[in-house]
Amino acid sequence: MEWIDLLSSAPFWIAVLRLATPLILGTLGVLLCERAGVLNLGIEGIMVAGAFAGWLAVYLGAPLWLGVLAAAAAGAVFGLLHAGLTVSLGLSQHVSGLGVTLLATSLSYFAYRVTFPSVNTPPTIQPFAEMKFLAGVPLVGPVLAGQTPMTLLALAAVPLVAWVLNRTPLGLAVRMVGENPAAAEGQGLPVARLRTGAVVAGSALMGVAGSFLTLAAFNAFFFNMVNGRGWICVALVVFASWRPGKALLGALIFACFDALQLRLQQGGASLPGLPELPYQAYLMLPYILSILALVAVARRAAYPQALMKPYRKGER
Amino acid sequence: MTQPPIALRLSGITKRFGSLLANDAISLALAQGEVLALLGENGAGKSTLVSILFGHYVADAGRIEVFGQPLPPGRPDAALAAGIGMVHQHFTLADNMTVLDNVMVGTEPLWRPASRRRQARARLAELGRRFGLAADPDARVGTLSVGEKQRVEILKALYRGARVLILDEPTAVLTPQESQALFATLREFVAQGLAVIFISHKLDEVMAVSQRVAVLRQGRLVAERATAGTSAAELAELMVGRKVVMPRADAAEPAAQASPVVRLAQVCVNAPRGGVPLLCGIDLTVHTHEIVAVAGVAGNGQQALVSLLTGLRQPSEGAIRLGPESAPAPSTPAGWTAAGVGRVPEDRHHEGVIGDNPVWENAIVEDLGDRRFARWGLLRARAGREHARELARRFDVRAASLDVRTRSLSGGNMQKLVLGRALAREPRLIVADQPTWGLDVGAVAYVREQLLAARARGAGILLVSEDLEEIFALADRIAVLCAGRLVAVRPVAQWTPAGVGLAMTGSAATETP
Amino acid sequence: MMRFTLERRADPSRLALLLAPLAAVAFTLLACMLLVAWAGAPVGRTYALLFEGAFGSRFALSETLTRATPLMLTGLACAVAFRARLYNIGAEGQLYLGALAAVAVGGMHGGSSFELPMPLLFAGMIAAAALAGAVLLLVPALLKTRLGVDEVVTTLLGNFVVLLFVSMMLDGPMKDPMGMGWPQSVALDGALELGKLLARTRAHTGLLWAVGLAVGLWLVQRYTVFGFQMRSVGANAQAARFLGLPVQRVTLCVAMLSGALAGLAGAIEVAGRTSYVTLDMSPGYGYAGVVVAMLAGLHPLGVLAASLFVAGMQVGADSMSRAVAVPNYIADVIVAVALLAMLVATLFAQYRLRRNP
Repeated sequence: MEWIDLLSSAPFWIAVLRLATPLILGTLGVLLCERAGVLNLGIEGIMVAGAFAGWLAVYLGAPLWLGVLAAAAAGAVFGLLHAGLTVSLGLSQHVSGLGVTLLATSLSYFAYRVTFPSVNTPPTIQPFAEMKFLAGVPLVGPVLAGQTPMTLLALAAVPLVAWVLNRTPLGLAVRMVGENPAAAEGQGLPVARLRTGAVVAGSALMGVAGSFLTLAAFNAFFFNMVNGRGWICVALVVFASWRPGKALLGALIFACFDALQLRLQQGGASLPGLPELPYQAYLMLPYILSILALVAVARRAAYPQALMKPYRKGER
Repeated sequence: MTQPPIALRLSGITKRFGSLLANDAISLALAQGEVLALLGENGAGKSTLVSILFGHYVADAGRIEVFGQPLPPGRPDAALAAGIGMVHQHFTLADNMTVLDNVMVGTEPLWRPASRRRQARARLAELGRRFGLAADPDARVGTLSVGEKQRVEILKALYRGARVLILDEPTAVLTPQESQALFATLREFVAQGLAVIFISHKLDEVMAVSQRVAVLRQGRLVAERATAGTSAAELAELMVGRKVVMPRADAAEPAAQASPVVRLAQVCVNAPRGGVPLLCGIDLTVHTHEIVAVAGVAGNGQQALVSLLTGLRQPSEGAIRLGPESAPAPSTPAGWTAAGVGRVPEDRHHEGVIGDNPVWENAIVEDLGDRRFARWGLLRARAGREHARELARRFDVRAASLDVRTRSLSGGNMQKLVLGRALAREPRLIVADQPTWGLDVGAVAYVREQLLAARARGAGILLVSEDLEEIFALADRIAVLCAGRLVAVRPVAQWTPAGVGLAMTGSAATETP
Repeated sequence: MMRFTLERRADPSRLALLLAPLAAVAFTLLACMLLVAWAGAPVGRTYALLFEGAFGSRFALSETLTRATPLMLTGLACAVAFRARLYNIGAEGQLYLGALAAVAVGGMHGGSSFELPMPLLFAGMIAAAALAGAVLLLVPALLKTRLGVDEVVTTLLGNFVVLLFVSMMLDGPMKDPMGMGWPQSVALDGALELGKLLARTRAHTGLLWAVGLAVGLWLVQRYTVFGFQMRSVGANAQAARFLGLPVQRVTLCVAMLSGALAGLAGAIEVAGRTSYVTLDMSPGYGYAGVVVAMLAGLHPLGVLAASLFVAGMQVGADSMSRAVAVPNYIADVIVAVALLAMLVATLFAQYRLRRNP
């Protein structure tokens, strides 16, 4: 099988978009928080919580989109906790985020076990269906037909977040609190409320990212579902220079490598030009790539200037 | 003729920070079309007062009325809505964003779906024309010069329709020529009906630009004068409360045995991201028994110069040699200390001490190579405490105990600790960067005394200062830095303050040191 | 609306700093009562079982001590690093790599083919594990000091890479020839195993190593120049640099020390408990080390207490969940809440809340 065949095959790109969807949503979520000046390492746990909340809501009978909403709400709640600790109290953003990840993950697992004490195979739900009706669209039809509506949501979220950040007064205010909170306050803006709002909104997106796993990609909730995707989103934000468009690009590039690695695992026969490697080597690729991406942009990183600096009113 | 309407009235403003009474029942009135100067030393309460005006702080007691309407306390948005605009001393601008962004942020309702940038652009341009303040709306603020940034700060206030403009030490970062331009702008403001409060501790500016002066001392309003009816000398006395005799350098005997302590030859420092070098072609020598003061507007290379002489940076070109033996300069801060250089950094909190460590540890931190304080990798606490006690006694450092965290010391005591640490080893070169910044009068006098005493003992001192009065009081020679070059280095007798001001803009010819 | 500001206390009292963790733990236990109630179990009995299962019998105590041993070491690793503002979240990977290195020295080339006396081989095994962990953390540390890359994400991602690498080794070169397909490594030479601390239990002398290292680290931090440098660089790196301390060198040394401690955790687990390297030998000890370090206020002696607490919760929850219908995940919830509560409690020991009129 040649490279050209692979890259022009619809199944490959279908896989890419599917793999990219949670990354797009998660990265946008981290981006919103960091643009406002708050590092949110709770993403890994929030994605678990979102996955669980969304799945549970649907399992209990809610329609799928309500499940997505439930996931967003779960994310928002943990976002509020993180914001309370880091924005209102000014605690270390690193530690608070890690604590939130731990809390969200363990609470989700606990809740799952309490609700389903003795099942061995995870109970399933009916996930989002593929959008076969889009097969007629020229050029991208076959690829879109293999996607669920949540992927469209993710793709639509990119220009929406970009618009809000760059073209609305609210977005301008959020950006300002991430660059110079004293300046924002001097212009009469409520810094703490803006930062909290951004963190809550970003965390809601992270929750939705998690729900994609249980409501679209798979149809059940199981342990270790998220498996580091949250951390990859944190790396992708730096790679994307905190811009939504580049975040989409980064997520797609990453998903390409992930899809490639899946192929290589499944395919057995390796692609021409690549040595025969144990499958773990291919699984390592996404993580190594993320690290390399971070190194590549490190020198030129245009950090939001107030990132990770707590703002205490009146302290100047 | 009817009195112009009262734009701003403060009644009985009082504010406490813990045990410190920052403002004590201050009552003032500001008329429309008037420039009121708020004069006082560092720590007199000026910044606190205007911060209360603008809503950054809430007063413990008192009332504020703007054009007759009471002002809700503690809310900058209320102050802005009432027509109060503030130009902060430390600019409140986001470097990564454009001028237009910085001006527009917070001026539109947050729920509006799209910003009206075209209207904002037009309004900004019109304001620029009206007041003579040009600014490129699409320039990134980080690329602007200091004077340009200040113009953006002012435009921000005007854009919001400020009728009362507060300027907090606006000339601290401007050249004398830029200051003149600012004063012209202020005169334009009052001609157009604005009222201005101008905070300063520089007497000549206050005399030049204001109609009335309010003098604050230790939190209280001690005097109000019409500027035309007072003098700089009277204001100085009111500011300080007594006739202050600041230590001055006596005429230095021609140093017969003066030998070079440090010599910089054609030193250059490149900017980290290319572009204009931070320092270029620096030729400077400091001798024993001499104080060389480096004057200049902040941001013209002083930081680079100091970091060269404290071991934080290496020259990109040229050479630095120490002592009469012309030894090559060390490459690390520890090396400089070991070579007999006492260093007093600009920021005592962030560079001078490690706030979380106890006082005695900060007293010996530069001497860890000394066998008295550290042997075989172990700290010798008893010897360290002894040394700290001696230091505190010699240099009047007052602390509850040697084991308290250093951050709990007052600014003056912390600076005395830093100074004592630098001087205790009888260094042959002292590099002092803004050593009296932010200190009260007593501490300032003490620091000056110590520097002069060190000079008498034979040390060479490089003093970087933005206070011309201090420079003229202490220096034997004055060097002026402008845009990274030494514009001129001459004995103090050959300088006048006006001449220094001119040199700071690069107008005097270069001379050999 | 009431508005508050936080004001720094000039010199926080020692007592307040000591009481903070206790207040945090108390709040945690109270808050988690809600979870127990949700699960439908009697609260009093559940907590009693929890504590009994952790400390209530010789067996329980031995289990807790066994579980606490690696936590002490990863906790020390994280405490040392965090104190110097180096956020080492990679202790999990360093632990596994250390375990692998220990088996490589002590199992694959067992005494017979290496011709080395046992004590020397033991020392070699320990050294290899420490070195493996140290070098692993050195990479993100160098990236941070030279290029400014945030070490949180690099160490985190590194964990995944290391685990996959271990899996690769277990499938290939280090596979146990007698494992019958089970993914585990070659066994450690029996003579290199650590002795038992309590007869007929799993508690092993590794605990003594951990306690010894904690005390040693405390002494170093308090009385040595290196300890002073570590504290100072963590408190204010800019000032430390100005004052002549070799900041980059200190950071790298701290990184190596931290990685070595985590690597040692792996070696001691293998030598004391498992004898093999398996993919599931660590149920998140590396990540728990972060929590232990924070609960301990980054103090080496506090790490000992905190790891006993965390281990006790986990052992107790396991035992309790067999008797009552409360999932053992409650242990993780307790630890997470305790961490966040600890952060808040320490904050209020250092800051005062002031109301804005």
